[in-house]
Amino acid sequence: MEAPDALAAGGAGPPASPGSGAGRDPWISLAAHTTARIALGRAGGSLRTQSLLELRIAHARARDAVHAPFDADALAASLRARGLEVEPLATAAPDRKTYLARPDLGRGLEPGSAERLRARAPSLGRRDLAVIVSDGLSAAAAGSHAAETVAELARLLGESGWSLYPVFLAPLARVKLQDEVGEILGAGHSVILLGERPGLSAQDSLGAYLTFGPGADRTDADRNCVSNIRGGGLPPREAAAKIARILVESRRRGLSGTGLRDG
Amino acid sequence: MTGWSCMIGRRTHQFGTLRELMGRATPLRSGDELAGVAARSAEERAAAQLCLADVPLARFLSDPLIPYEEDSVTRLIVDTHAPEAFAPVSGLSVGGFRDWLLDYGTDTPALSALAPGLTPEMVAAVSKVMGIQDLVLVAKKCRVVTAFRNTLGLPGRLSVRLQPNHPVDDLRGIAASMVDGLLYGCGDAVIGVNPATDRPEVLDSLLRMIDEVIRRYGIPTQGCVLAHITAQMDAIARGAPVDLLFQSIAGTEAANASFGVTLELLAEGHAAALALGRGTVGSNVMYFETGQGSALSAGAHHGVDQQTLEARAYAVARRFSPLLVNSVVGFIGPEYLLNGKQILRAGLEDHFCGKLLGLPMGVDVCHTNHAEADPDDMDALLTLLGVAGCNYIMGVPGSDDVMLGYQSTSFHDSHYLRQVLGLRPAPEFEAWLVRMRLASDDGRLLPAGPAHALLTRGSA
Repeated sequence: MEAPDALAAGGAGPPASPGSGAGRDPWISLAAHTTARIALGRAGGSLRTQSLLELRIAHARARDAVHAPFDADALAASLRARGLEVEPLATAAPDRKTYLARPDLGRGLEPGSAERLRARAPSLGRRDLAVIVSDGLSAAAAGSHAAETVAELARLLGESGWSLYPVFLAPLARVKLQDEVGEILGAGHSVILLGERPGLSAQDSLGAYLTFGPGADRTDADRNCVSNIRGGGLPPREAAAKIARILVESRRRGLSGTGLRDG
Repeated sequence: MTGWSCMIGRRTHQFGTLRELMGRATPLRSGDELAGVAARSAEERAAAQLCLADVPLARFLSDPLIPYEEDSVTRLIVDTHAPEAFAPVSGLSVGGFRDWLLDYGTDTPALSALAPGLTPEMVAAVSKVMGIQDLVLVAKKCRVVTAFRNTLGLPGRLSVRLQPNHPVDDLRGIAASMVDGLLYGCGDAVIGVNPATDRPEVLDSLLRMIDEVIRRYGIPTQGCVLAHITAQMDAIARGAPVDLLFQSIAGTEAANASFGVTLELLAEGHAAALALGRGTVGSNVMYFETGQGSALSAGAHHGVDQQTLEARAYAVARRFSPLLVNSVVGFIGPEYLLNGKQILRAGLEDHFCGKLLGLPMGVDVCHTNHAEADPDDMDALLTLLGVAGCNYIMGVPGSDDVMLGYQSTSFHDSHYLRQVLGLRPAPEFEAWLVRMRLASDDGRLLPAGPAHALLTRGSA
């Protein structure tokens, strides 16, 4: 079993970084195995002042990340620089504050944007996959990891003979937007990549959700998710490989969601 | 009767259906505004509460808000209602029921006997005309005791779920957080990991690792890997050591479908977990999580307010005699519970409603960073839940879940609550902590050096 090895490995060693170990617990070397806040030490049974204030700083940074503006133009340029076509879409959410309080608006296209996509669909033809990118709840996630993930995904699927639409850039979107976009286009699959809600230790996690046969009647049970895409989590290129694997399996079996394990 | 109305000053407020009245009477929260079921003014809300107080409790049996023919959860509620248990309050109105609950004479045995006679809609209705202090006082009188390898929910006890999540399910990372939690005296409710993936080999290795630690150190607790129930049932079929079977559930058939579950599937899973016979002091094998807003999130709310739908999820849970049920109250985000005030009220409502229906309620006292809430709000809810007799809370290292990306309660938080209210862990686990020299007889943490058995390969 690996567990006891893990326990023994960390147990008796010296603190991982003695300088920062003051007041931490004697098992601080276990912290090398996880980003979780372990071996924090205590004052009585409570958090020490330093740990408490570190938490406050992390919370403050996460709060700032939620409200940070999204530079869609820069992301579009980055995608184009990787050889990808990009087309903008707009959801019904008018601004960030409304977006946070009204998820329904982020799940659908703004009527004009939907109309333009409908008009465009025949010239694009039916293709295997529509990829949508959004800031979601973390502009930093989309800005930092979306271009690399999408470019690698396009490369891998291209090798497998998949046909892809231009990458759709849709600020202020929720996951379900992939259904409307996929349905208008008649796409075989849709994938949406969007910023996950910022946590204390990571404010730039990207999530990817894929659906076979996207349409209005699809629910979360019909989706598969690859989450925590970021340097310190699942790196973009590995994430792309994982998404591609699931897509290929999903097409082979003709389903997505809880019926499909993300092997 | 075609509806309800009441006069406030010169203005008459009218409510066409019981469903509408329930929504309008609900204390303000963003999810009901999103659904369009909330009161349109503060006065309308107060008027609706006035009307609701006069509704006979029995009315909810004949008018179940979501039709019997349309929804399997409604059918479960109606078909399992126990009229003889309901008898003591069958003649009361919602307002009269509040007074009855607060009466000195209404004690723990009376509330335990009443539980099978109550429906989710009844308890949701009475909660809407109750203040925070009422929700605390009545919940405190309820007692729901469950058992698997230890006994949870006894008076004067507070248990903790050890939640050692890791962003990519790294076994050593999860083991490190587990050891940290155990050294901090936490884990009596369950050692429960939310996996980042449903992959079978990952589930099996997590289940085996948790089981190995529990057996090696003789810890009187249970393990759980909170994957989708079908993935856990597959793990059972492969022979993996499954103690508790977990599933997220909601209050309507359609919302449960969006989670990929039906009542039949839950029953099948329940039977499979029971058949393993892994409990030593009890056989409550199910673990459910819920949260206000999940039905609306799935487009499956039928025009019913989110707090009533949450209570309906407890009817689903009750069917399967769970060891643990907790609302993950602030997890869903500001579109359903906007800020600290709304999260606080919702957490106490969920605990109250679950307890009154006879469930072993815990609460994941938590928030996300896009909600208007902060750790001070969490401290307030945590304290109130402790006073209300909450069965368990979460224990996450430093309160920061690095996999799910939200803030819950920490191991340290549990020691605060136990100190300030004189609460102790589950008795079997408490004895283990003393035996392992992790805590003193009076519950204080003892210094654990690098040679402690949990940090070496030694056994207990």
